Amino acid sequence: MLTEPVTAKLTVGALSIELIDRGRGRPIVFLHPGDGLDPQAPVLDRLAARGRLIAPYHPGFGHSDLPGDYNSVDDLAYFYLDLFDQLDISDAVLVGVSLGGWIAAEIAVRSTARISQLVLANPVGIRTAKDETVVEIADVFTLPPAEVERRAYAEPAKWVRGFDQMSDDEIFVVARNREAYCLFAWSPYMHNPGLRRWLHRIRIPTLVLRGERDGLTAPDYGRAYAAAIPGARFETLPGAGHYPHVERPDEFAASVARFAGLT
Amino acid sequence: MKAWQFTEQPYYPAWDDTHESLRNSLPNRHLDPKFAADLYERYMDEWELCDELGINISINEHHATATCITPICHIPMAMLARNTKKVRLMSIGSPIANRPDPVRLAEEIAMIDCYSRGRHEMGFVRAGPFEVWPANAQPVGQARRFYEAYRLILKTLSTHDGPFSWEGEFFHYRAINIWPRPYQQPYPPIWFVAITAGPGAWIGEQRVKLGTFLTGRESKTLFDNYRRTWLERGWGMPPIDNFGYMGIVGVGATEEEGKRRAHQICGYIRTGAQIARQFFNPPGYLPTQAVAAGFRNSTRKDYVPAYATVVMSDGSRVYQKTASMEQLIDAQVVFAGTPDQVFQQIKAYHDDVGGCGNLLMMGHGGDMNHADTVDNLTLFAKEVLPRLQALKAPDYELDPKPAAKAAVA
Repeated sequence: MLTEPVTAKLTVGALSIELIDRGRGRPIVFLHPGDGLDPQAPVLDRLAARGRLIAPYHPGFGHSDLPGDYNSVDDLAYFYLDLFDQLDISDAVLVGVSLGGWIAAEIAVRSTARISQLVLANPVGIRTAKDETVVEIADVFTLPPAEVERRAYAEPAKWVRGFDQMSDDEIFVVARNREAYCLFAWSPYMHNPGLRRWLHRIRIPTLVLRGERDGLTAPDYGRAYAAAIPGARFETLPGAGHYPHVERPDEFAASVARFAGLT
Repeated sequence: MKAWQFTEQPYYPAWDDTHESLRNSLPNRHLDPKFAADLYERYMDEWELCDELGINISINEHHATATCITPICHIPMAMLARNTKKVRLMSIGSPIANRPDPVRLAEEIAMIDCYSRGRHEMGFVRAGPFEVWPANAQPVGQARRFYEAYRLILKTLSTHDGPFSWEGEFFHYRAINIWPRPYQQPYPPIWFVAITAGPGAWIGEQRVKLGTFLTGRESKTLFDNYRRTWLERGWGMPPIDNFGYMGIVGVGATEEEGKRRAHQICGYIRTGAQIARQFFNPPGYLPTQAVAAGFRNSTRKDYVPAYATVVMSDGSRVYQKTASMEQLIDAQVVFAGTPDQVFQQIKAYHDDVGGCGNLLMMGHGGDMNHADTVDNLTLFAKEVLPRLQALKAPDYELDPKPAAKAAVA
């Protein structure tokens, strides 16, 4: 087990971002959800044991820069395509959770030149319901925080940390993540109305994972997402809510490895 | 000093301590439209009385709330443009960062200004944090959107050789050419609002009028920041007519009656913040550092944010919602008592802040009834207003040192 977090700075174009780059082998790019990424999260070591883990903090999250004119997930997708070019990665496994899954899908409809497999865990980013009044993704900006936590985790008491347990820098990052999350996902809420009609362009093997106890997305949402991507597999991960990489890191990493053929 | 009557047009029958939130999430089944119609008629009568009494009128707007049933301030203002003849009509104001169409807003302004033959004053506000929900307005970058909307509205009102196009960060139009154009040239007077001292310098820079509400003794720092900008730019000391203060006004034949009326109006203070916690802090509304500080403070059981307090003459802070009438009077948030007492209290505020040319008085609020409202306004107009109108700018020299940094609200 690693004893210290390995976060580094990387400059892409005019932008300086924070990222974790650990391990060797095939690149595994991990895109974190809207509430950020704990650099000590056990899942990072589990993935780094199976390849070269590249886990960037999205622009505006953690200590990564946010250009004043970024305003959509499109910007994040193009940013990551630039980042992949700069790192010159190939044959990568692209893994995204929640917002990270949305970004991964937006990347994949644009180009899979450097990606061989795609894993979307509780992804957001599309709308599947026809009825305009149906809420498919619970409103994390409107529900009371305790209700969001209850829906997000199978065992919230185990995973949610209070502000009194955080350093000033960690609290600052929580505030910053929340702001960036809102910038990208406020409206249309948590989706790009155009994304679903382009998901057919994803022609690489794709796995859609659903945390069995996810209370933030509708029960059929993950399956409908998978159905929009040709040949995509759909699996559920028992014992996990919206953030399976946090609640079931071993099983999560094993699912990714099994699907991508990593040893 | 000029006076402006203000009411939130409250729908007080729905006020109930058992509701977690009077704003945003209280279902509108709690509003009886027949009762609302009666209230609208009554409130309109009271505004029209102001025209006879010589009290100007200021109207604001809020959305999805039992505290204020004016979701569009320009609707009653349009009626008043026709139904009044003398007084000036101020919107205080339009939430231009939340409204999707600034050109439509400019059309409304131009119509009201023509209907009223040049009696309109425009007010532009960023609006409270909870207002982004009913408007579905993106809170991140909202201040930038405010400023673009503002520049677009001014250009729309003052361009007479159009059409012109606008391709901005937030707004896009191909052919702007409003009919009518405003009666006042180049446009009606402009008001911005602030409730903390920080924005004073920037508002001064814009050379618009500055209103503040229920800030009491803290308004001086805000006005000083405005004045300092003017002096630094070489524009001289700004006229006191550039400042407005909204305080609660209760006038009675006796001190007791005046205070009773003020207490009723203070229903606004007791209910205005009755709102679910998550609506107070949309991401990006406040600077990140301030949000982080708020998260840190939220772990302290006894924590009361500065914006929920008022400053007393001895410098101590008192929680506004539970402050006594005497404390609220001491804090210059409430002016209440006999006409003499009310005049002396307002004059003291005027002197303390270095001169304030506009009293935006909350002369109605809470569940105050029609008879009390009429009597309050009439007593004020007959016994207090003439003395206020005679007030001149006090001798005032600005402390050349920058004001102490204001508490984050």
